[in-house]
Amino acid sequence: TTGRSMAFANFQRSFQLAKNHKTSSFSRGYATEAKPMRALTDFSDEENELRSLVAKFAKEKIGPKVREMDEKSQLDPEVLSGLFEQGFMGIETPTELDGSGMSFTDAIIVIEELAKVDPAVSVVCDVQNTLVNNILSNWGTKEQREKYSRQLAQNTVGSFCLSEWGSGSDAFALKTKADLQSDGSYILNGSKAWITNSGEAGIFLVMANADVSKGYKGITTFLVPKGTPGLQVGKKEDKLGIRASSTCEVLFNDVRVPKDQIVGPVGSGYKIAIETLNEGRIGIAAQMLGLAGGAFEATLPYIYQRKQFGKPIGTFQGMQFQVAQIAMDIEAAKLMTYNAARLKDAKQPFTKEAAMCKLFASQVAEKVSSLCINMLGGVGFTKDFPAEKFFRDCKIGQIYEGTSNIQMQTIAKLIERENGLDTKTTQHK
Amino acid sequence: MKAFVGCKRVIDYAVKPRINPEKTGVVTQNVKMSINPFDEIAVEEALKLKEKGIVKEIVAVMVGPSAGSLQLTNGPLAMGADRGILVEIPEEDANPLLVAKVFQKLIAKENPELVLLGKQAIDNDANQTGQILAGLMQWPQGTCASKVEMAEKQVTVTREIDSGLRTVTMDLPAIVTCDLRLNTPRFATLQNIMKARKKTIEKTTPKDLGVDFAPKLKVLQLDEPSVRKAGIKVATVEDLVGHLKKTGTI
Repeated sequence: TTGRSMAFANFQRSFQLAKNHKTSSFSRGYATEAKPMRALTDFSDEENELRSLVAKFAKEKIGPKVREMDEKSQLDPEVLSGLFEQGFMGIETPTELDGSGMSFTDAIIVIEELAKVDPAVSVVCDVQNTLVNNILSNWGTKEQREKYSRQLAQNTVGSFCLSEWGSGSDAFALKTKADLQSDGSYILNGSKAWITNSGEAGIFLVMANADVSKGYKGITTFLVPKGTPGLQVGKKEDKLGIRASSTCEVLFNDVRVPKDQIVGPVGSGYKIAIETLNEGRIGIAAQMLGLAGGAFEATLPYIYQRKQFGKPIGTFQGMQFQVAQIAMDIEAAKLMTYNAARLKDAKQPFTKEAAMCKLFASQVAEKVSSLCINMLGGVGFTKDFPAEKFFRDCKIGQIYEGTSNIQMQTIAKLIERENGLDTKTTQHK
Repeated sequence: MKAFVGCKRVIDYAVKPRINPEKTGVVTQNVKMSINPFDEIAVEEALKLKEKGIVKEIVAVMVGPSAGSLQLTNGPLAMGADRGILVEIPEEDANPLLVAKVFQKLIAKENPELVLLGKQAIDNDANQTGQILAGLMQWPQGTCASKVEMAEKQVTVTREIDSGLRTVTMDLPAIVTCDLRLNTPRFATLQNIMKARKKTIEKTTPKDLGVDFAPKLKVLQLDEPSVRKAGIKVATVEDLVGHLKKTGTI
C-alpha cells in the first residue's frame, strides 16, 4: 500500500479509537421501557402555566412602556420593581433565601417570554439569573449566599464585570488588578467596560487579577457592593439596540474588598467565568428566540389584514414561503435552546449545545427580524411598529457573551476533542 | 370570616373557539384553559378583604374536570387563596342550576359568610349561578358589583345596572357576583406559585355531596353566528319606512 492510503488507514483507526472513548451525543438518545423519551417540546403543565403568566405580565406591565424605555435609553423603575415582585430576579434561588426555587428551564422560559415583548428587559433578567445568581449559588460560601443571594432575589440588581476596553473576546487579558493587603483584603484598580445592568446594579461581581505572575490563573472573582469607596459607574453607552438595558463603564480606584467577599478560591476566576458564560449562553439563546418570536407574532396577523391586488398579502405564495422559512428557523432555534436547558437541568454535559444554540438563535433573530420588516413594508420601517426595534435589538446577540466567531471556534474545538483530533489526543501515538 | 370564591375553568379568553363536528359543543381538547376572568376578579376582592383582616380564610371552589386542579393551583391558590375544593364532573360546562346546588351543599358543610362569584362565565355568558344560589339559600344577593364595602355583619355592594349604579346593603351571609370594574387582579408571583403547589385541594363529586348532576337540558345544536349580510342604502325616509313595512318590522 502506498504511504497515502496507509496514512488514511491510520487516521481511520485512531479516529475510531478516540470515538469509542467518548460518550458521544448519539448514545444518549435511545428509549428504553423504563425511560420513555419525550419530545423536546414536551413542556409540563406547570411550565406551560408559567409561560402564560410571564407572557401576560410582559404584555400588560412591560408592553406599554417599551417604546419610551427604548427612546430614553432607560429602564422604567416600575418595570424593574415588577420583575422583582414577580420573583423573576431569583428564579433558581432557593425559597429559603427568598427566591422562587424553580429550575434552569423555568428561567429560560421566563427569559424567552420577556424577550417576546422587550429583549432589553429580558437581558436584565437573564444576566441576573444566569450569570450573577449562578456564580453565587455555584461558588459562593454559605454566608455569601445568605446575604447576597437573598438581596439579589428580592431587590438588588447584579452586574458581571469581566470585559475591559482592551479585553473582550480575549477576556483573560484583563488588566484590572487586585493587590493583596496584610489583612487578607484586596485593593482593586482598573476599569471595566460594556457592563450590562451596571446602571441599576447594587452588587458587582468583578474579575480582577490577584497574581499577574500566574497569568490568567491569577484571576479572582470579587463581590463589590455599590457605595464601596472608589467604585464608580461611568458613562452609559448610547446603543443601537437593547437601549433600556444599561451598559456602562465601571471604574475601580483603590477599591477595598475584604477577604470574605472573594467568591470561590483565589485564582479560580477564569474557571468561574468560563463555566458561568457557558450557562449564560443558553439564556442569550432564549432571549434571541423570544426576539424572533415577538417579531414574527407582530408580523403574521398584519400580512393577513393588509390587502394588495385584492388579496391579503399573506396569501401570496412568495410571502407564504417566507412565513414557512421563518417558522422553521424559530422551531429549530427553540428545540436547540430547550434541549440545552434540559441537558443542564439533567446535569449532563451541555457546553457544545449551549454554544450552538446561542450562535444559531442569534443568527435566526437577525434573519427573522430583518425579513419581518420586509414583509411589513413601509410601516415596518417606522417606530410605530415593533419590528424595527426587534431588528436593532438582534445585533447584540452575535456579540455579547461570546461573539459568533468565538462560538464557532468553541464548537470546532469541541468537535475536535470528541473525535480525538485535538492535539492532546493525537499526540498519544 | 370564611369566604367562598367560585372559580370556573373556561377556554382562555384569547382563544378563538371552534364548534365540534357534531355541532353539539365547542372543541376543548388541546385548547388552552384558564380561570374565568370575572372569577379572578372575585378572588382579588376576597384577597383585599383578607388583607383588611375582614376575611380569615379564602376557599376557592371549582366545579369542573379533575384537570382543573392545575388552574386552581396556578390561579386562585397562587394569588393567595388558602385552599381549594374541586367538585369533579366529567364535562366542562355545567348547568348553572346544578352548579348552584353543589354550592348549596358545600355551604352547608363549610358555613362561609360570604360567597363571591364572577358575574358570568365567558363560555356560556349565563349570569345565573349567583342568582340561583341566592334563591336556593334564601340569602341576599348583590350582583354585577363594581364596589364592595364590608361593615359589621353587613356588605354594601354598588351594582352596575343598565341605567347606572345601584347600591344595596345586605346582611351577611350574602352572595356577591363581581363585575369588570371591581378591581384589577394581581399577578401570581413565582414564589407564591411554589407555595400554592403545597396547598390542599379537597376533591369530591356531586354524588358524594348528594346532588343529582344528570343534565336536565340537552344541547340540540350549536352554530356559528350567521355571517352578516350586506344591507341596502335608501334615499329618503319614506323609502326607509316602506322597506321596514315590507319586511314586517313595523
